[in-house]
Amino acid sequence: MGDVTHQISERIPIRLVVNGVSHTLDLVPWTTLLDALRDHLALSGTKKGCDHGQCGACTVLVDGRRVNSCLTLAVMKDGAEITTIEGLATDGALHPLQQAFIDHDAFQCGYCTPGQICSAAGLLVEGRARDADEIRELMSGNLCRCGAYPNIVAAIQQAMGQP
Amino acid sequence: MNAYVGTPTSRVDGRAKVTGAAKYAGEFPADKLLHGFVVEATIPCGRIARLDTSEALQVEGVLDVLTHANRPPLADKVEPWKDEVAPEKGSPFRPLYDDTIKFNSQPIALVVAEDWETAKFAATLVRVEYEQRGFATDLEGERSNAAEKDKPHKPRGDAAAALAGADVRHEADYVIPTEHHNPMELYATTAVWESNGKLTIYDKTQGVQNVHKFLCGVFDKKPDDIRVVSPYVGGAFGSGLRPQYQVVLATLGALALKRSVRVVLTRQQMYGLGYRPMTIERVALGAKSDGTLDAVTHEAIAVTSRYEDFARNDTGWAEQLYKSPNSRFSHKLVHLDVSTPSDMRAPGAASGVCALECAMDELAVALKLDPVELRLKCYSDRDQSENLPYTSKQLRECYARGADAFGWSRRNPAPRSMRDGKDLVGWGMATGVWEALQMPVAVRIALTSNGHAEVSCAASDIGTGTYTIVAQVAADALGLPIENISVRLADSSLPQAPVEGGSWMAASSAHAVLAAAEEVRKELLRLAGKMPGSPLADTELADTVLKDGSIAGASDNSRAVSIADAMRHGGIERIEKEKLNQFEEDKKHARNTHSAVFAEVKVDEELGVIRVTRVVSAVAAGRILNTKTGRSQIMGSVVWGIGMALHEETVMDHRFGRIMNANIAEYHIPVNADVYDIDVIFVDEPDDRINKLGIKGLGEIGIVGVPAAIANAVYHATGKRIRRFPITLDKLLD
Repeated sequence: MGDVTHQISERIPIRLVVNGVSHTLDLVPWTTLLDALRDHLALSGTKKGCDHGQCGACTVLVDGRRVNSCLTLAVMKDGAEITTIEGLATDGALHPLQQAFIDHDAFQCGYCTPGQICSAAGLLVEGRARDADEIRELMSGNLCRCGAYPNIVAAIQQAMGQP
Repeated sequence: MNAYVGTPTSRVDGRAKVTGAAKYAGEFPADKLLHGFVVEATIPCGRIARLDTSEALQVEGVLDVLTHANRPPLADKVEPWKDEVAPEKGSPFRPLYDDTIKFNSQPIALVVAEDWETAKFAATLVRVEYEQRGFATDLEGERSNAAEKDKPHKPRGDAAAALAGADVRHEADYVIPTEHHNPMELYATTAVWESNGKLTIYDKTQGVQNVHKFLCGVFDKKPDDIRVVSPYVGGAFGSGLRPQYQVVLATLGALALKRSVRVVLTRQQMYGLGYRPMTIERVALGAKSDGTLDAVTHEAIAVTSRYEDFARNDTGWAEQLYKSPNSRFSHKLVHLDVSTPSDMRAPGAASGVCALECAMDELAVALKLDPVELRLKCYSDRDQSENLPYTSKQLRECYARGADAFGWSRRNPAPRSMRDGKDLVGWGMATGVWEALQMPVAVRIALTSNGHAEVSCAASDIGTGTYTIVAQVAADALGLPIENISVRLADSSLPQAPVEGGSWMAASSAHAVLAAAEEVRKELLRLAGKMPGSPLADTELADTVLKDGSIAGASDNSRAVSIADAMRHGGIERIEKEKLNQFEEDKKHARNTHSAVFAEVKVDEELGVIRVTRVVSAVAAGRILNTKTGRSQIMGSVVWGIGMALHEETVMDHRFGRIMNANIAEYHIPVNADVYDIDVIFVDEPDDRINKLGIKGLGEIGIVGVPAAIANAVYHATGKRIRRFPITLDKLLD
């Protein structure tokens, strides 16, 4: 190891369309999508809770699908459309899930919340969850240490138009 | 005058949190920001023989590697390192202080680089050689070395004799494992090097003023040189009560390089810090055949580090819950080669009451008594430790309301008697208890003539809802719509507040708001009274209220002057008042919150899988300021109780003195699919003695008793009594 010179690998140019805005970035290849958003695009709404795909706090929508941005290298998503929590409200009007999370007090500290909401937005598009049990199961990749789970389920049901 | 207090007001910081606008400690931007990555020790005890940073320093983008050998000065006396939550006895850990290794994963170097990826990579190139010494990390193996450190709790009567002569006796060890807080936000600090050489420290903490004083002492700075800010905290649960080492390292980095430095720990590194200490809880109960208690003894044996005596009140809760003429309590410590434990939600009580309430259930089985009936037979209207009455205690009502909502009367007492398909069904219950504490807090209110007010205080909101309750109380006290109130918190330059912990912040901050609002009202009355033909001339302060943007007669609201008019006539645009509220000491009453917890479990008989399908928690905690956020707080605490009962355990490999599951996949916390119906009942508990508003606090009470209620339900379902937590399915299949 002693004679090895450590050099940071070459930067790779990529383009990400984040919340409708196109960005060109030069990134070292191991930069995760999460760090690209937080450190390079100053979009700190997407949270880092474990960096290992274990907690879901970093969930964003990539081309409409929910993914753990900490397990996704940014260079793999060259040209992709990314939606983060900052892109859900339109012209200041909250997304129905955002409003439902406030109405049902579906968070306390708020740190897992952007991931929960993005994950729920992905869930609604998937159309797989029909009742509370299925919501619970399909939202279990998003940890909430404050334990707001029953309120999260209620908020998602409200956004789904369920009583 | 309560338009907001007592209502289900939505969080005032809700919009910031659901839009991603809320900024946490590791997210504040700074010019030319550097990133630090921590290198940790890989042995539990010894010293650093050689530490070679040359290879790491060769990496392009690395600016420095700070170690004990090259760091800027740190205080060399013990006192500055003792923050306001530090144990009385001992000498706190000092990161990068010298070559001594006191625990595995101790920070030994900080790599500082232009970006995080580079720092993280270069950290792998720091070469360390150690001189390892013998060590011990196993509490059960070292049990014989347990020793009482503080003066033992005063015994009553002769517990040993009473136990020996009891009609029915139950005695057992209950083992609570080490647990880690695991807030969702990583421990983080951004130390911003300001152009004038001062530091603004964005830190993940439950007490900005605690961290401020600590940093000033450790780095020999004047109060004005450092400001600590923490507007949003991504969960803490006690982990942010004491200054964490990353705040020292980020500050060291900024001072060494005269640039802004951010240090964010990894999830794994967070396991190197505070935790709920493993305890062995030995409880003995002696009863007459009619179910009245004759004797209670409770001994806790707990882990602490070699360098600090951390001890909390695990034992002694029986003094408050159950009448018994004889009792003895003791708390013993075992010093191990680990970091110092810390407060974790309901410290002491969560573990100790878990053991006590499991033991009560076992006693009820032995006596062939219903568990609720046993508790009612032993019910104590006084705190027996000091023989004091309570300011209020509606625990009986908790049992009644909780049992009714749960359907407890339909319980078949025989274990394994209830089924749902192939699942065994179990119903268990337990009691919860916590203290109702209150602390001095100061609040500043700046009221402007347009009827807007800024309310500010150094207190933190760690997700508990402090922003919201402060806004509610201020809106009511100032007679303004809540939209007109802006709340500023968690800045060390704001008026005095202690760390947010112990469930004391709601009562403490609310009464400080009232006190400051009274000063504002006094000033408005002075201005209004001087107006020509004032309807409030010669009115006493006590006869006034603030209502609908006016100061008005308390009994006759029509005698009113608007805030705008009063200020215009006084020739001012704003009134700014700050007031420190201190509570009167009352040594004649005990102050506590209580709960009755009822749990249903369903256990797959073949696989041992346990689900907690229903929990009813009936809580008596005085006046509830906000029924929406209050309910959430109890619900979240119940989820913590589910984790404590079934999931959470930090596992140590004692051959290496190293934690094996230092991540959030193998350290299990409840996920959404683990949590079903949680019914929170707030029992009416008027209390005009404890404080003006009758507030007791909700942060801890919700978890206490929950693990025991679940464990008792598992026994009822399966006939198996698991006394070693968590109750994982392997223990049922044995």
